[in-house]
Amino acid sequence: MVKLRINGRAEELDVDGEMPLLWALRDELGLMGTKYGCGIAQCGACTVHVDGEPVRSCVTPVTQVAGKEVRTIEGLSPDGGHPVQRAWVAEQVPQCGFWQSGQILSAAALLEREPRPDDAAIDEAMKGILCRCGTYSRVRAAVKRAGREMAGEVDDG
Amino acid sequence: MAEQATGISRRGFLKASATAGGAFLLGFHLPVLARGMDQEAVEAAFSPNAWVRIEPDGDVTVLVGSSEMGQGVMTAIPMLLAEELDADWQRVRAEFAPADAAYTNPIIGQQLTGGSTAVRGFWRPVREAGAAAREMLVAAAAGRWGVDAAACTVESGVVRHDASGRSAGFGELAAAAAEQPVPDSVFLKDPDQFTLLGRPAERLDVPQKVTGEALFGQDVQVPGAWVASIEHPPVFGGKVKRWDGSKSRQINGVNEILEVESGVSVLADGFWKATKGREALEVEWDLGPNAGVGSEDIRGRFRRAVGGGTTVRKEGQGAAGGRSASKTLEADYEVPFLAHACMEPMNCTADVRADGCDVWVPTQAQTRTQQTAMAVTGLPKEKVRVHTTFLGGGFGRRSEQDFVREAVDLSQRVGRPIKLMWTREDDIRHDYYRPATYNRFAGAVDDDGMPVLWSHGIAGPSIMSRVSPSAVKNGVDNTSVEGAANLPYSIPDLEVRYALVDTPVPVGFWRSVGSSQNAFVTECFLDELAALGGRDPFQVRRALLADRPRHKRVLERAAEAIGWDNGPPKGRHRGIAVAKSFGSYAAQAAEVSVEAGEVRVHRVTCAIDCGRVVNPDTIRAQMESGIVYGLTAALKGAITLKDGRVEQSNFHDYRLLALDEMPEVEVDIIDSEADPGGVGEPGTPPIAPAVANAVFAATGKPVRRLPIRLA
Repeated sequence: MVKLRINGRAEELDVDGEMPLLWALRDELGLMGTKYGCGIAQCGACTVHVDGEPVRSCVTPVTQVAGKEVRTIEGLSPDGGHPVQRAWVAEQVPQCGFWQSGQILSAAALLEREPRPDDAAIDEAMKGILCRCGTYSRVRAAVKRAGREMAGEVDDG
Repeated sequence: MAEQATGISRRGFLKASATAGGAFLLGFHLPVLARGMDQEAVEAAFSPNAWVRIEPDGDVTVLVGSSEMGQGVMTAIPMLLAEELDADWQRVRAEFAPADAAYTNPIIGQQLTGGSTAVRGFWRPVREAGAAAREMLVAAAAGRWGVDAAACTVESGVVRHDASGRSAGFGELAAAAAEQPVPDSVFLKDPDQFTLLGRPAERLDVPQKVTGEALFGQDVQVPGAWVASIEHPPVFGGKVKRWDGSKSRQINGVNEILEVESGVSVLADGFWKATKGREALEVEWDLGPNAGVGSEDIRGRFRRAVGGGTTVRKEGQGAAGGRSASKTLEADYEVPFLAHACMEPMNCTADVRADGCDVWVPTQAQTRTQQTAMAVTGLPKEKVRVHTTFLGGGFGRRSEQDFVREAVDLSQRVGRPIKLMWTREDDIRHDYYRPATYNRFAGAVDDDGMPVLWSHGIAGPSIMSRVSPSAVKNGVDNTSVEGAANLPYSIPDLEVRYALVDTPVPVGFWRSVGSSQNAFVTECFLDELAALGGRDPFQVRRALLADRPRHKRVLERAAEAIGWDNGPPKGRHRGIAVAKSFGSYAAQAAEVSVEAGEVRVHRVTCAIDCGRVVNPDTIRAQMESGIVYGLTAALKGAITLKDGRVEQSNFHDYRLLALDEMPEVEVDIIDSEADPGGVGEPGTPPIAPAVANAVFAATGKPVRRLPIRLA
């Protein structure tokens, strides 16, 4: 039995301890918001938070996160109202949307660390999340917008 | 003047039906809608045609038969309908339609999303459907109030009669609207009257995409389903010789191992367990005749064939011309095979039972998916239901049916639902690739430095010879020569030849198809001719496009936006390119620097003339998207073969452009009254030549091969 905390809930899974967290989330717990894109930590689609830090769940054995707090896109906000999600809507970031949860969770982790990141910090934090639709310009704009909102600045734009 | 569309009901496109509970359905596909929906909901709703359902509470649901792969069709189609319906956009939602003839794209003749055709194909029929529904709602209101329908107006989902002060929402009128005769003709709005079209609208699919709720194929959960992972032959055309699954069977969660047409499949209680089972599988392959083939062999075949084949266009004296030439130039250009690398690896979930088959799949091609499942199962059409999910990228790859065939076959064999999931490695190694081609140019300029001769020979494989052999005429596949045969420049002696060369590598439609490589080779060779003549590449194009006003305008706008006439800032270099594809005209100017052997693209300006605009924000997004897709091809992409095997396997060796490499992109949309052109693909062709031409400007060495390598 592996004991996990996922989005604030205690879960017990009877799985091989080597099973990557990604597949524990998707196949065992039915949390489908976290995506499989490459399986080798090259695309970032599977990014979740482990104790607030962005982690590639496709290469993280489930035992490694036992006792830690895992947050997925489903747990980011109850209603899509996290500042990053709102900024993603305002900037109309998604196209196909498949790697969205990896991008949004990476952005949320960045902004919790550094509410007003400059371009270089955004590039550094977000470059590992690939996007084949080419939403990158809008990702940059949305990260900045969310940062302004999280910093409590009024944003009419 | 408003445009009148007549003969609507005679064409059978819109046919009204009332259901027992007063719901209003218009169209011969009523049974299809009813099947897919809760019967009570059907009876309470007003569904005047295949495209729209109006609930008693006034919600308007538009059924979208095209696939949403990021290009915004799930918003564009509802905009077309809502415009003519005069619906309240805030109450409009979108739903995926089933596979049905009602959603056949008139340009393609199938329910298929490709070739940037959705808005082009449905521009009229969907607006007509909206206008007919509106007219029936108005007739219902006029009948109820005893007033003249012509005296009623509609705005934001409310019908009004100003003289009597009466008004009613669409929801209240739904049941009565169902009783109205379908109009034989409707008036479409004059574009001046548009309130939705041409203005930026938020995408209807974004809210569910930011919460993780949007359902992709990968996310389909069917009770009792096993996950399947298939070990495919390592070489194209290889077959299973013998296999041993005894070690795989010992893995916890592995339920079954089966040899299938395309390889050996492991069926397990989840993806990870299935791939574990696959790793333990022992398979001996009959590698077949392609086991020794490498990229250089294929290149050799192309080189031997290039210049031969069929002449697809000839002007003046053709390749034998150029008598007024003062300088001549020959150059060979080549592009590699490319994988689509959709973000979501291929997958399909199928449930085949004696009484029918359900297929849940991120597909671009519902008609083909239905036909594939019919062929595998022998079931009739009405028993094969296709449920389209969101697509994690499509780019042409998801018009193929290999993964559908595998899933349906497996489900039929084991008698339970099967969720087939490819790994990223499967996806990169078993694609239908963008064709590699080899090109031989000869050109000349006159004393004024203007091009007077253009001879272009293409050698490469054919997509259509597999997909639709009858489309290959006289040895020419139009998808191989588009973007080359229709070279827009006025050059007196011009010839384009194509030699079809088969290779073992399967090829398919890849975003912008032939134009993806032909824009690169032609627009770069044009820059070489400009340099040969000592002329500015932008000004040469302008002069050669004197009678091509739409090409010329986008070219000028892209040049103006980047400040072409003022020259680049220090350390930067510029290139420009223009291409017409899929009914639209796009030009891009790129600003690059070349430092320490690295090309960095800093800025791109893009002008697009795609005719009438539906959603300008989507057009901007699609230009950004096409540029990024094309930049990956220009700077990184190559699929190579060694010993018959694809050498690349995942994103570490088939790299994609990353966020920190994203240039600043400015998009200028030309105001146009022409019918809509495509939007999903036309942004891709110009970027590779624009960047390559900028590198040529920087280094003085032409870029004749992709991806760009400076060595």
